[in-house]
Amino acid sequence: MALEREKHLAERSLLTLSESNLLDLYRLMSLIRRFEDRVAEMYTRGKITGFCHLYAGEEAVAVGAIHALYDKDYVISTYREHGHCLAKGVAPQKVMAELFGKATGVSHGRGGSMHLFDTEARFMGGYAIVGGGLPLAAGLGLSIHYKEEPEVVCCFFGDGALPQGAFHETLNLCSLWKLPVIFICENNFYGMGTLTQRAICQQELYRFAEPYNIPGVRVDGMEVLEVYGAVLEAAARAREGVGPSLIEAVTYRFRGHSMSDPAEYRSKREERIWQERDPIKRFRRRLNERRVSGEVLDRVDREVDAVVEDAVRFADESAEPPISEVAKNVYVE
Amino acid sequence: MAQISYREALNQAIKEEMDRDERVFIMGEEVGYFGGAFKVTDGLLAIFGEKRVRDTPISELTLVGAGVGAAMGGLRPVVELMTVNFGLLAMDQIVNHAAKIHYMFGGQAKVPLVIRAPQGGGHQLGAQHSQSLEEYFVHCPGLRVVIPATPADAKGLFKTAVRDDNPVIFLEHESLYGMKGEVADGEHLVPFGQANVLRAGSDATIVSYSKCVNDALKAAEALEERGVDAEVIDLRTLNPLDIDTIVESVKKTGAAIVVYEGWRTGGAGAEIAAQIYEAAFDSLDAPVQRVASMDVPMPYNRHLEAAALPSVEDIIRAVEHVV
Ligand SMILES: Cc1ncc(C[n+]2csc(CCOP(=O)(O)OP(=O)(O)O)c2C)c(N)n1
Ligand SMILES: [Mg+2]
Repeated sequence: MALEREKHLAERSLLTLSESNLLDLYRLMSLIRRFEDRVAEMYTRGKITGFCHLYAGEEAVAVGAIHALYDKDYVISTYREHGHCLAKGVAPQKVMAELFGKATGVSHGRGGSMHLFDTEARFMGGYAIVGGGLPLAAGLGLSIHYKEEPEVVCCFFGDGALPQGAFHETLNLCSLWKLPVIFICENNFYGMGTLTQRAICQQELYRFAEPYNIPGVRVDGMEVLEVYGAVLEAAARAREGVGPSLIEAVTYRFRGHSMSDPAEYRSKREERIWQERDPIKRFRRRLNERRVSGEVLDRVDREVDAVVEDAVRFADESAEPPISEVAKNVYVE
Repeated sequence: MAQISYREALNQAIKEEMDRDERVFIMGEEVGYFGGAFKVTDGLLAIFGEKRVRDTPISELTLVGAGVGAAMGGLRPVVELMTVNFGLLAMDQIVNHAAKIHYMFGGQAKVPLVIRAPQGGGHQLGAQHSQSLEEYFVHCPGLRVVIPATPADAKGLFKTAVRDDNPVIFLEHESLYGMKGEVADGEHLVPFGQANVLRAGSDATIVSYSKCVNDALKAAEALEERGVDAEVIDLRTLNPLDIDTIVESVKKTGAAIVVYEGWRTGGAGAEIAAQIYEAAFDSLDAPVQRVASMDVPMPYNRHLEAAALPSVEDIIRAVEHVV
C-alpha cells in the first residue's frame, strides 16, 4: 500500500492540473450528485421504476478515474453505473431518459438503470450480475492487445465481486496475458447489507493483486485527485504493455443499496462520519486553497442544476418505445 | 471434393476462416500445443502462432466472457470449450451476457462469437462427461444453436457461424469426429435454418440432428425392408429451427418421430412436437413420438449406458408404433 505516496501524487495533481481541468472535475461530481438526487425524487414519484442503485457519495471514484483516461479508452461497470456513464461523457438527457424507460434513452428503454450503454462514448455497459463485467473487460483488453491499439479498459466493480470466481479468473488471465485493464474496486464496505468483514477473508482488498503478480494500491476514494493520480499511473503501465493493475478505492454510498433499501444495518454515527468526508465538499475546500472562489463553484452548481432539470424534462417528454418493437434486436439480422 | 473426417472438415473450416479474416482467432484449453482435446485444432498453432491460437487457463467463465468482450471490441473469436459439460461453468457469460448484450443495450453492441463444444455420450465416460445439452441453449433467446451431423455440414455451418453477427453455440458430437464424408474444397457455406431432407419417404417423418441422424438413417433402411417408407430430416440448426420443412413433411406422411440424444424430459423433442401439433395437428394420424436418452445421469457400465442412450432399435420401434 502506498497511501502516503498517493496523497503526494494528489498534491502534485492539484498543482499541475489547470484550473479548467479542476473545474471539470468539480462539475462532473456535482452533476452526478444532483442527477442522483433528482433520480431519487423521480423514483419516489413513480417516473423511474425497477431496481435503481444510486452513486451519491462515490462520485470521486468515477470522476477521478475517468478523468485520467482518453476518450477512446473503454469503461465498463456494474448496475451502480449512472456516475460512470455520465463521467464518460454520455448526455444526461439520454441517461435520464433510459431510467424513465423511454425510446430516447441510451439503450432505447431496453436496459433501464442497470443497463446503460453507449458505443460512441465507449461506455461498454452496466451489468447486473455481480462480477459479470470482469471477464468482458478482459475480452475488451484482449481486443486492444490483439489489434495493437493504444487504448486501455477501466473496469469498475464493488467489493462484492471479490469473492466471485470471475474476479480471480480474470485477474489471472489479464496478468498472464498482460492485458491493458485497470481494475477499480469500489470498496464501500457493504455488498447490500453485508459488511466486507463478513464476506471477505482479507480486508485490505488491494492485496488481492499480490497473488496475481500485478500492482495493487489503495486510494482514498473520497479524494478525486488521489483516484486520478492512481489511475493515471495504472493507465500508463497498461499502455506500455506491462499489464493490468488493481486499485482499491475506499468510499461510501450515502444512500441504501437501492431505492428500496433504508440501510438500517448501518449506524447513524457511521453515516455521519462518512458524510463529513463528502468528496464534493472536500474538493471544494481543496479548490478554495487553489483560490477558486466559492461563487465560481456555486455558479457551476447552478449550471448543473439546469442541465439536470433539462434532462428530466427531456425524459418526461420523450415517447415510450413502441410495443410493436418488443422483439427487435433479439438477433442481429 | 474429398473424403475427409468431421474433425478434418472442422480443422479446414477454422483454418480457412482464419486465413480469410484477420479478426478471427481461436482460444480455449489445450487448443494450441496439445492440438485440441479432440485434435480439431491440430496444426493450427504452427500456422498462425500463439496470438491467434491461444491456449488458456482452465477458467471457463472468463474464457467465454473474454470471448464476448473481444467480440464487442471488434474481433471475431472462436472459443473452444473442451466439452459442453465444462461449459456449464460459463453459463453466466453465455446466458446473462452473450445472449443479452445486443438486445439489452438497444441494439448498439454485437457479439459475433462462436462457442464450439464437443458433447454427447457413448464412450463410457460417466455422468459428468457424457451430456448433450443443446436444449439449455435453445431455451435462451439471443443465441444461435448449430449442431451439424456430417463433415460437409460441419464445415459449411462453421463458416456461416463465424460470419454471423450473433453468439453461436456450435455443438459437435464426440462420436462424429472420425466419421468420413464428401466435403467441398475451399468455400462451402451452409445457411442457418435450412433443414436437410436426407431421405424421402411417405409413411413417417423422422426428425433428428447431430449423431442421431445416422441412427435415423439406419433405422429407415431397416424399415424399408419391412415395407415402411420413412423420411429422414436433419435439422442442422436448432435455432433458427426450420419448422416449415418438418411441417411440410408431416403433412405428407401423417406421422412424426423426433430422435435426439438429450434427456427426454424438457428436451428438443418436446418443443418440436409442440410446434408440429400447433401447425399440423389435423395431418397427424398418431401422437408425435420422442426417442431420446432416458432421464438418468449417464452410467459408466457399457450395457447400462447403451440402455440409457437412444438406439436404432428404439427408433424402429417408435416408427412402427405410429405407422
Ligand atoms: C451473481 C449475483 N449474485 C447476487 C446478486 C444480488 N446482488 C446485487 S448487488 C449485490 C451486492 C453487491 O455489492 P458490491 O459488489 O459491493 O457493490 P455495491 O452495491 O456496494 O456497489 C448483490 C448481492 C447479483 N446481482 N449477482
Ligand atoms: Mg460494496
